[in-house]
Order: sequence, then structure tokens, then C-alpha cells
Amino acid sequence: MTESAVLPNPAPAIDPETKPYWDATLEGKLIIRHCNACGENHWYPRTLCPFCGSVDTEWLETAGKGTIYTFAITRKGLGHYGGVGPYVLAFVALDEGPTMLTNIIECDVDALRIGDRVEVVFHKTEAEAALPRFRPVAQ
Amino acid sequence: MSIRGAAFIAGAYEHPKRVIPDKSLGQVHAEVAAGALADAGLSFSDVDAYFCAGDAPGLGGISMADYMGLKLRYTDSTETGGSSYIAHIGHAAAAIKAGKASIALITLAGLPRQMSSNLVMEGSEAPEDPFEAPFGPTVHGLYALAARRHMYEFGTTSEQLAEIKVAASIHAQYNPNAMLPKPVTVEEVVNSPMVSDPLHRLDCCVVTDGGGALIVVSPEVARDLNRSVVKVLGHGEAPKHTNGGKVDVTFTGARWSGPAAFEEAGVSPKDIDYASIYDSFTITVLETIEDLGFCEKGKGGEFVLDGALQAPFGKLPFNTDGGGLANNHPANRGGMTKVLEAVRQLRDEAHPAVQVPNAQIALAHGTGGSLPTRMGAATVILGREDA
Repeated sequence: MTESAVLPNPAPAIDPETKPYWDATLEGKLIIRHCNACGENHWYPRTLCPFCGSVDTEWLETAGKGTIYTFAITRKGLGHYGGVGPYVLAFVALDEGPTMLTNIIECDVDALRIGDRVEVVFHKTEAEAALPRFRPVAQ
Repeated sequence: MSIRGAAFIAGAYEHPKRVIPDKSLGQVHAEVAAGALADAGLSFSDVDAYFCAGDAPGLGGISMADYMGLKLRYTDSTETGGSSYIAHIGHAAAAIKAGKASIALITLAGLPRQMSSNLVMEGSEAPEDPFEAPFGPTVHGLYALAARRHMYEFGTTSEQLAEIKVAASIHAQYNPNAMLPKPVTVEEVVNSPMVSDPLHRLDCCVVTDGGGALIVVSPEVARDLNRSVVKVLGHGEAPKHTNGGKVDVTFTGARWSGPAAFEEAGVSPKDIDYASIYDSFTITVLETIEDLGFCEKGKGGEFVLDGALQAPFGKLPFNTDGGGLANNHPANRGGMTKVLEAVRQLRDEAHPAVQVPNAQIALAHGTGGSLPTRMGAATVILGREDA
């Protein structure tokens, strides 16, 4: 049993294109971008659909649930994470489709497996934004 | 239009040092440039095209052109991370073919051991940065994401990855300049400390100061030089990215750059006598070997067993200088040194213990950036002068 470390909450840069996304994180909502032209959902959120080139895209609220696609257990971080560890960097595949980079928190890093179900948790930063991280849900 | 035979590598030079506390970055660029020019029998005043990546000090190649006193008619500062220098060869050959240049200089230099670490992926203005950097993605953490998924899908083991380090370390013992000249065993690799699980410290490349340079010339110039030259047979490049969130970390951009290079060169993986494979991490090599077609996808772990990568008699002798894993990874960018060792092999100038007998065709492959998120990939296929 190795408990994952408590993580720093570095503030993301917020720009006009993605401000609605960060505003939603403050309300505990994970939103992604949906394309009305081709029907695809994409990540990270942007106005242009990277699959069909349409700008007819809109925000879509997710259920905040997904599956671990892969993960790494970093023993000691760098930069904002200097000295922090062990912590889990992961790609989580959202139930709505896209796979996003994030952390798995509040977990036994030794017990974590690809395919584990996870749910979003938000960590407030110093900016007007919270970071979407994920924790395991009971199987 | 093909670049096959349109250009020759006439000069190659690797800085002998791995730790350089007493020089400036511009100085190291100039030193490796001078070394490669001397190797070719040319001088700074002969150069009419200059190539560097985005990490060269100053504005593209212009600041370094100023430093070295170059009078140019062509510059290219294509930035695809560690793969840049392999892309530059293709671009230089195309420029030569188009008559825009005849003697191209490519340089790489870096001093990561004395500068602040650039292994931290944060603080860029890239559009993805706010959605990734806050989660602590170190370079080794990101590559560990690829390793774990490859293990999950294909049953690849840490011991199989370790074989790659072992082969590189066996080669490095013959390189007097290698950062890690001592051979290691599979047990030593898998028992070295975890950095980002499942990658151990010995799954990682070295961090070194230094650099290297290449001189790419037209056939006309090559003919007049008193030096054996290496023919550029083919080149391919392909960025790979997160594809709008349809992420697949089990393959690299080599899946696309490799076939393009093979097609232009008119050869196939079975024709390759020696391969320099980008080796930032052991997993980088494993996935790249699969993507270049040396084995089936997912079978890389089996392929690297039984000394397959060891020169001179393995199935695919690789990185005979010790590679980034044991010799040199200057500026955290390994593409240049990949080409340098391929050139040595084709000129019969590798260490006799690792020289592949009668090596006719070599491949050098570069990876840049971060395999599981955004990476550059570039492949070049080289041959002997008469290939």
C-alpha cells in the first residue's frame, strides 16, 4: 500500500477561447467540446473541430466518469511538483469519448490498474480555475 | 521528385565532451561546425546553407550565422525536437536538388548539465499547455505512459525493455567518450530505482552537454572532395499528436515516416545493415523498431531478446556508439548523434568491435518531443557512396 501524494495546484493559463471551460470547473462541471457538423467530441477543448475542420462546435457537459487508459507513477516530480511523489500521471478515457491527461488521486498507487473506473474531482487553483483530477470509484 | 542520390553527407563531427562547464552555447555550435567542416575538407566560407533547430541561440539560424560569419542563401530552423536534425538532412537534400544550396551545415549543441532543466513540461504558450502542464507531466512520466500501455496490450516486460539498455551499454564500452562506458545487465536495469513506474533510471538516456554537426553537399561538391561520403537515399517525417483525444500511445510517428523513407530509398527493412534508433528511453526504441517494420506491432519485446540489437552480428545492430542510453544525448536531443554513428558505420569508422562488416545501407531515426502526446518523427536512409 503506497498512498498517492497530495498534489500542488498550479494555475493554468486562461484565455478567451477556454474561459468557459475553466468557469465550469469552478462549478464542479467537466465540459468538453462537441462538433455539430461531424458529431465528434474532442479534447483538449478548442473552437475548431480537429476531425472535420468545422467551427460549429459547442460545449458539452460530461458525466465526469471514465476509465484509466494508462498511467505512470512518478516517484519525484519537477518544477511545480518538485519533491512531490509518488503521484500518478494518467490518461483517462472519458465515457463521452476523448482521452485526457490528468492525475489519479486518493489511491493506493500499487493497486491501480489500466481499465479502473474513475470519477472527476476538482482542485481549486489560485486562478479562477480548478484542476480536473480523478479518483477511483468502487468497482 | 525524389531526393535519392541528390545529396551526400561529406562531413560529420561529434563533440568529444559530455560535460562542458566552461563554454558558451554559441561556442559549442561553432566548435562542432568547425569539426564537421574539417572532416569534409571544407571551411566556413564554403557553406551556403545553414540548418539548426529552434533551440539554437538567437533568431532561427541567423544569430549563429552571424557568430560563424556565414554568407548564406538558404536557412532552415525546422523544430521537431530531437528529430529535427534528421529532418534537416531531408530538407537540405531537397534544397540541393532544387538548386537552392550546395553545401549545407547542420548543427546541434546544448548545455543541459549547466542550464536549468528543460525536462519540466510547463510554462509554454502552446494551446494544450493549460490542459496538461498542471498535472506534473515530466518527460519520463510521459514515456512511462507509453511503456505501461504497451505492456498491457502486448505483454511487454521490464526485462525485455532492459535488453535494449544492455545492448547499448555493451556498445558503449568501446567508446572512450561515452558517458556510461560500463556494460550493465538486465538485472541491474530492472533493479535500478524507479523514476516513473514502469520506467527505471536505467531505462532513461543520459543527460549530456555537447553536440554534433553534419555537412550535406551536392553530388558535384562530393565528387571533388578527398573524403569518403555517404549517400542520402531517402527521408520521411511525420508529426504525431493526440488526435483530438483519440489517444494511442502504443505507436510512434515512425509508422508514417519509416515507410516514406523506405519508399524513397527503394529499400525495405530487411535491407538495413545497421540502424540508429532514437533512444530517449528503452520504450522509445521498442515502439520504433515495430513501427519501422523490423517486426510486427507488439512483438518488439520478443525481437530484442538474444542479443538481436548487439553489433556486429545481431539481427539488427543498433546504436553502436552506445546511443543516448549510454553514450551521448546532447541538449536532450538525440537525432544528430544517431546520424553521426550511421555515417561512421557506412565509412567503416565505427569501433572495430562494433563495426558491422560491409555495412551498405543504414537507417537513422529520430523522435522529438513526447511520444504519448506530441512528437516529431524523422527517418533517413543512407548508403555507401556507390549505393
